[in-house]
Amino acid sequence: MFEITLPALRRGRSLVLQPMELRLPAGSLTGIVGPNGAGKSTLLRAIAGLSPERAILRRAGRVLDRAAVGFLPQSFTVRANLSVLDCVLLGRREGLGWSVPPAMIAQARDILGRFGLAELAARGMNTLSGGQQQRVLLVQRLFRNPQLLALDEPTSALDLHHQLGALAALRTHARQSGTAVIAALHDLTLAARFCDRVMVLGEGRLICHDTPEGALTPERVATHWCVTPELLRDRDACLVVVPHTVE
Amino acid sequence: MSVQDRLDTSVRAWRARSARRGAAVGAALLLLIGLVLADLMTGPSAMSPGTLWQTFLAGPQGADRAAAAILFQIRLPQTVMALIVGGALGLAGLMMQTILANPLASPFTLGFSAAAGFGAALAIMFGSALAVPVPGWLLTPACAFVATLSATALVWLVARLKGSQPEVLVLAGIAVLFFFQSLQSLVQFMASPEVLQQIVFWLFGSLLKANWTAVKTAGVIVALCLPLIARETWALTTLRMGEANAESLGLDTDALRRRVFLITAALTAAAVSFTGTIGFVGLIAPHVARAMVGEDHRFALPFAALTGALILVSASVVSKLLSSGAAIPVGIVTAVAGIPMLAAVILTHRGN
Repeated sequence: MFEITLPALRRGRSLVLQPMELRLPAGSLTGIVGPNGAGKSTLLRAIAGLSPERAILRRAGRVLDRAAVGFLPQSFTVRANLSVLDCVLLGRREGLGWSVPPAMIAQARDILGRFGLAELAARGMNTLSGGQQQRVLLVQRLFRNPQLLALDEPTSALDLHHQLGALAALRTHARQSGTAVIAALHDLTLAARFCDRVMVLGEGRLICHDTPEGALTPERVATHWCVTPELLRDRDACLVVVPHTVE
Repeated sequence: MSVQDRLDTSVRAWRARSARRGAAVGAALLLLIGLVLADLMTGPSAMSPGTLWQTFLAGPQGADRAAAAILFQIRLPQTVMALIVGGALGLAGLMMQTILANPLASPFTLGFSAAAGFGAALAIMFGSALAVPVPGWLLTPACAFVATLSATALVWLVARLKGSQPEVLVLAGIAVLFFFQSLQSLVQFMASPEVLQQIVFWLFGSLLKANWTAVKTAGVIVALCLPLIARETWALTTLRMGEANAESLGLDTDALRRRVFLITAALTAAAVSFTGTIGFVGLIAPHVARAMVGEDHRFALPFAALTGALILVSASVVSKLLSSGAAIPVGIVTAVAGIPMLAAVILTHRGN
């Protein structure tokens, strides 16, 4: 179990989020949802140690340092003439010398295969589409083997097929490696389908931290997103949130 | 084709790409060796390859005293200086473009050349009146070096106070550039025509100032920088992924920029103090390196150093061929040849 203690978070002088305590089980995928400006990115940057306010991270009571956290930011465009495999290897740049150990190349190759990026390994990052770059960068962060992985809208540039694939692969990776993954998501249906727990942010605070069904109630969606929600079940009995404009 | 086959094919392609980059570095090295020999053979008294080899083997005290003096006292220090200065400017240029995320950056972007020029102008104008305990010939390079370090200190101070983001460094650098340029202009305004001529000649950038002491001093500074640069290779490559990506990979980008800025300052100071301002080498070499071997700094840094050295040794050969009596300063050759070279690099680079 990971315990995260966050002080009040500010953007400039304005308060974005009040202090909060989070508990994330190892091997779980937690979704952060909320309307624009709710503080999802601010929260993730604080967890990653990239904001002026310092979050305290503990695992089983032991304080973790920043190196234990992986972070994928919202803006990610890479214009460098670096190959996809080079880019994935940079995920473990601290372990690289003048030559790259063959075992590390094999591991990078395997993880690229698992995420359906086999044929892109030798391509330059600057020749890839936004969606392809986002998938490579997600793989790069996983290759880093963090204990806790914070992802800011990791599927924002992906098509429907790759959104499902990426989140399914992410959940599998979390289960197998014991990594706690926390991801900001805009699509409530995706959050309900893939996340073990969902955190709703709004009004400058944590509204709730519950199972998808417990967190995404019609009243809550209506209040914080200002839409009239229609909650359905898909063929796998997963929650589907269909938003309608308020009349 | 199965996933495993596709993976193997991709990894083979990646290995082949790495091997091609290594081969490109090797080819540049061979070309440089050829140009070094050409530079040693060229001059007012032409030297055949055979004579060059015999004179070299005979050493500085060889039987043919005239040939030995030409090779060991004049040509060899100039050629080695071209290698050191070209290599230093190539390395400094690539690192500057990487830390400032700006393809127009060069070792001189942050005002180092203007500061060196002011230091040199001061030394030329006031000479022994400065009462600095160094030999006469060393006064100008020493003053240029100290002035460059003072420009470094100014930019460093701003970076410590306001953070080391590229825009802060560039703005501080521009302020320092104009400050030292104004001081340099003031010294030139006050100088007599003879002194002014000497200052302008220093500013051209020439290898004719080279001697063995200068070569050793500049060489030691550059050699001390090399292991520090090697330590930052992967960090610099990571920075090319963009600020947000590099930061989120655990890289302290501000601290990296400050470290690399100091190394760049030392390299540039070593280069300009003994030869004057040699433009365009530090701007073009990084572009050539990236176009030829990509952004992996394990290959790009050596290639930028080799390209810098290649440009300067070529400029030295050309300057001697153009006017065998009084070699045109290499700074003028690199400046004249630099613009079409840069245009050619930009037009032929496909961005792959």
